[in-house]
Amino acid sequence: MKPVVSDLGNLSNDEIRRYGRHLIMPEFGMEAQRRLKASSVLIVGTGGLGSPLALYLAAAGVGRLGLVDYDVVDESNLQRQIIHGQSTVGVSKTESAERRLKDLNPFLEIIRYDVPLTSDNALEIIAPYDLVIDGTDNFPTRYLVNDACVKLGKPNVYGSILRFEGQLSVFYAQEGPCYRCMFPEPPPPGLVPNCAEAGVLGVLPGTIGTMQATEAVKLLTGIGDPMIGRMLLYDALEMSFTTIKVRKNPRCPVCGIPADQVELIDYEEFCGVPAHDHAPAEAASAVEETFDADAPVPQITALALKARLDQGESPVIIDVRNPPELEIAALENTVLIPKPQIMIAVDEVLSGRKPIEATVIGQIPRDREVLFLCRSGVRSTDVIYALRDLGYNPASLVNVEGGILAWAREVDVTMPMY
Amino acid sequence: MPNIRIPTPLRAFTSNESQVQVGGATVGEALSNLTVRYPELRQHLYDGETLRSFVNVYLGDEDVRFLDGLETNLEESDSLRIIPSIAGGAG
Repeated sequence: MKPVVSDLGNLSNDEIRRYGRHLIMPEFGMEAQRRLKASSVLIVGTGGLGSPLALYLAAAGVGRLGLVDYDVVDESNLQRQIIHGQSTVGVSKTESAERRLKDLNPFLEIIRYDVPLTSDNALEIIAPYDLVIDGTDNFPTRYLVNDACVKLGKPNVYGSILRFEGQLSVFYAQEGPCYRCMFPEPPPPGLVPNCAEAGVLGVLPGTIGTMQATEAVKLLTGIGDPMIGRMLLYDALEMSFTTIKVRKNPRCPVCGIPADQVELIDYEEFCGVPAHDHAPAEAASAVEETFDADAPVPQITALALKARLDQGESPVIIDVRNPPELEIAALENTVLIPKPQIMIAVDEVLSGRKPIEATVIGQIPRDREVLFLCRSGVRSTDVIYALRDLGYNPASLVNVEGGILAWAREVDVTMPMY
Repeated sequence: MPNIRIPTPLRAFTSNESQVQVGGATVGEALSNLTVRYPELRQHLYDGETLRSFVNVYLGDEDVRFLDGLETNLEESDSLRIIPSIAGGAG
């Protein structure tokens, strides 16, 4: 395939010395290196996938890297996000990444975007780049990145991971299929957990992210056969690699129409889930009762909960985490109903397939206050909004603010945090 | 019997089995037998009688939609694969 980058950058003698191992390969040589120097890559997400691929692209000699991430480095990121370190915990991820990348390659130009990618800013942010790498962690942003890339005619190097499995492809509508040809619609909310809920092997994003970097270098320089029209499926437990075909859908709602007619939509609404885990999901509107489903979720702090327990109260506390998490830290006398089970049950009830009593939700009382607990308070908030859709009184569904992490910080400092 | 590979997100409904062997002379029969064995799976794979649009079923390296769909013939030694839609990456 012809290179995505047509310009050739100029290399100083210092850069020629640095990239010598590239330059001596006949398939690569000065021409490919000069294309890299002239190239620009936008990396959406500076986390698990973004860490290794930003490091390798910087080292390889890409001229300009754009980094999109609104998050700050947390200690729990360091199990896999190797671009960050203990010294940058609490620092914005793009700044943390910039420090490391500048140390790795001072010839690199870095542009930081400390904002969430949204339908309002995506075209403006993506337009100046030759290529986009999708290292996000949620469905709304993946559909947004795809649609914006189709509209702007940019190749999108796709990588996705969950637990021990990964996927890799290149979606480039000018040359082949797009993400929507393979996945026209997102799965229903709650069916596919994210890594924060289901976990991920720390090495896995290294494997997939490094392969994304490989595809980016190939596309920019025009060497080799890119993964256009193919998807690699990787299973770390089996150590198996399987390649499948991805066909272009002539009736694709996005790449099947002229690019200038592609319109960016409300992707959170399209996917039914929020694009990031920092704000609670907006409540859906299908509430039959007169309750105000948009009312703020009532909160109880860990300290206030402790005080009530000490006074001999025994509130119903539902822990919505997954069973392995309870082995790390748990409160006594809670009822375990993992969030995925609740979300599936909500879907079953709303679609009329099952009565509430036939699902796990039957265990959640309607006539009294119920407290919901997870790790940090995000999943429990999602569950509360979902239950409001079933007509639960919003005033009786209370979130334990900050989850079990708040309990470990404020009540029981001997409890491990994860 | 044909083998069906179950992706991580759906293993909650197959007692955590990653591969399931089921009888069936066509893709549709095999999937139907799979959902008889694991009834909870059905709603995630089917919308009425048709596969849901986010469910990709592959025979070898080919999407069965580009073969004969649910009518695609299966050999005893064939492997079917349900390709999940997953989104993890940054978190």
